[in-house]
Amino acid sequence: MAASIAVAGLGITEMGKVYGRSASDFAAEAIALALDDAGLGFSDVDGLLVHSNLSPEMTVNLQWSLGFHDLPVLAAIGAYGSTPAAMFNYATRVIESGQAETVVMVYADAPLRPAGSAGAAYANANPPEGMDSVNVAHGFYGANVGYALAAKRHMELFGTTSEQFGAVAVAQREWAVMNPHAQMRKPITLEDHQSSRWVVEPLHLLDCCLVSNGAVAVVVTSSERAKDLRQPPVHLLGLGQFAPGDSKRTDREPGIYTGATEAGRQAFAQAGVGVNDFDFLEIYDCYTYTVIVTLEDYGFCKKGEGGAFVADGKLGPRGALPTNTGGGQLSSYYMWGFTPLSEAIIQLRGQAGERQVAKHDLALVSGNGGFLNFHGTLVLSTRES
Amino acid sequence: MEEYTKPLPIRDERSAPFFDGLLDGELRLQHCLACDQWMWPVTLRCRHCLSDQLEWKASAGKGTLYSFALVHQIYHPGFADEIPYNVAFVDLDEGVRVTTNIVGTPNDELAIGSRVELATELVTHDMALAKFRVV
Repeated sequence: MAASIAVAGLGITEMGKVYGRSASDFAAEAIALALDDAGLGFSDVDGLLVHSNLSPEMTVNLQWSLGFHDLPVLAAIGAYGSTPAAMFNYATRVIESGQAETVVMVYADAPLRPAGSAGAAYANANPPEGMDSVNVAHGFYGANVGYALAAKRHMELFGTTSEQFGAVAVAQREWAVMNPHAQMRKPITLEDHQSSRWVVEPLHLLDCCLVSNGAVAVVVTSSERAKDLRQPPVHLLGLGQFAPGDSKRTDREPGIYTGATEAGRQAFAQAGVGVNDFDFLEIYDCYTYTVIVTLEDYGFCKKGEGGAFVADGKLGPRGALPTNTGGGQLSSYYMWGFTPLSEAIIQLRGQAGERQVAKHDLALVSGNGGFLNFHGTLVLSTRES
Repeated sequence: MEEYTKPLPIRDERSAPFFDGLLDGELRLQHCLACDQWMWPVTLRCRHCLSDQLEWKASAGKGTLYSFALVHQIYHPGFADEIPYNVAFVDLDEGVRVTTNIVGTPNDELAIGSRVELATELVTHDMALAKFRVV
């Protein structure tokens, strides 16, 4: 199927421990950068899609705080890390129908404060109510525990090892060293990974993503119009979304069998591509384990073999399967699904500088959320079909 | 009883039968009269068929250790003295996966797949937690 919409602009703010600015401040800056990147202006925007996240500012009220007026398309869309797939679905409809021509999608957050740990900023963001209070009564705090439980189960079922998780962390740091946007640019070794403190065993500190203040904005328009704008267009060839759901019944285990299988099947079929056609991958990486289980479920290797698959360093700059080429959320910046999305755009355009992958026509972008309960897949390309 | 410093569950009208059951040493769960499925956490309608025909019924309190993790990070000062402590998922024989802690076994001897049974722990005069021990 020929693409109907394309990314025409990208804006990335400074990332990490950047204080004194709100999520709205970051959003405004990223949108200004993205419009400038596309060669468009504020008045060209007729659609705004706000990424719902843990920030109370990320609602449709962002329209007022940023000063947008008379928007025919406005929505806050949230499916945790799988949100880009939902947003691109929505954007396709409104652009194809002519409801809007220039749609801005924005992710922004500012959870970090000058005092306090990054993990605490996230784990305590929303105090639990009702039955969720049972979880914290047992010491189940935040995503770290949920992903540790999934990773431990995978290790038990398939013999996956902490060193194999470490291979993901090391490969991604190699990419991050070359990424000027990245928060963590000091090389690490497998020994560094193994000796980093336990957060929630079996997850070491270097298995866990960063937390970032900052924003990413993307400008989307029709594929036809994108060709006349400033940047090389990045076309949407296919997308899929799949939410395997509940972890609280014994006949389901989304932590081991994620939504990537079905979301990938949908996206690849729409794009008319197979799993071996991709030049590089941007795989959602809240944890090292997430990358391994997602690669399995897309079919890059068999279920249970993901650990061995990544152990030889094939995801790194000298590997056969360039993956998370900006360092991902483990080493560059944590903007949920907008981290893999933004890096795919940079690479497809050929603007990744020192870390540019040699062949960059077709990218797989994944998004994940919950405790592996939600999944989204995008197939993006320099080609229109 | 020493002062309990960890976070306590918040009992409300809907979840009261669950917490009352624990005070009686029972794991009472909702069971759907329409589709015969059990569920956790507490819900208004069946999580399998959306029926509102739910009854409270005691689980046998037996299950299998699905997975566990050892928390080293101090997220709440009440847990500081027990670092690392285990958090576990137990698959009850009734088909429900619950969040819990395994008591009575050192963390380095925990094994996924172990059979476990309910071991309620009275933490204040009017609150108990559903923990499990290896059988």
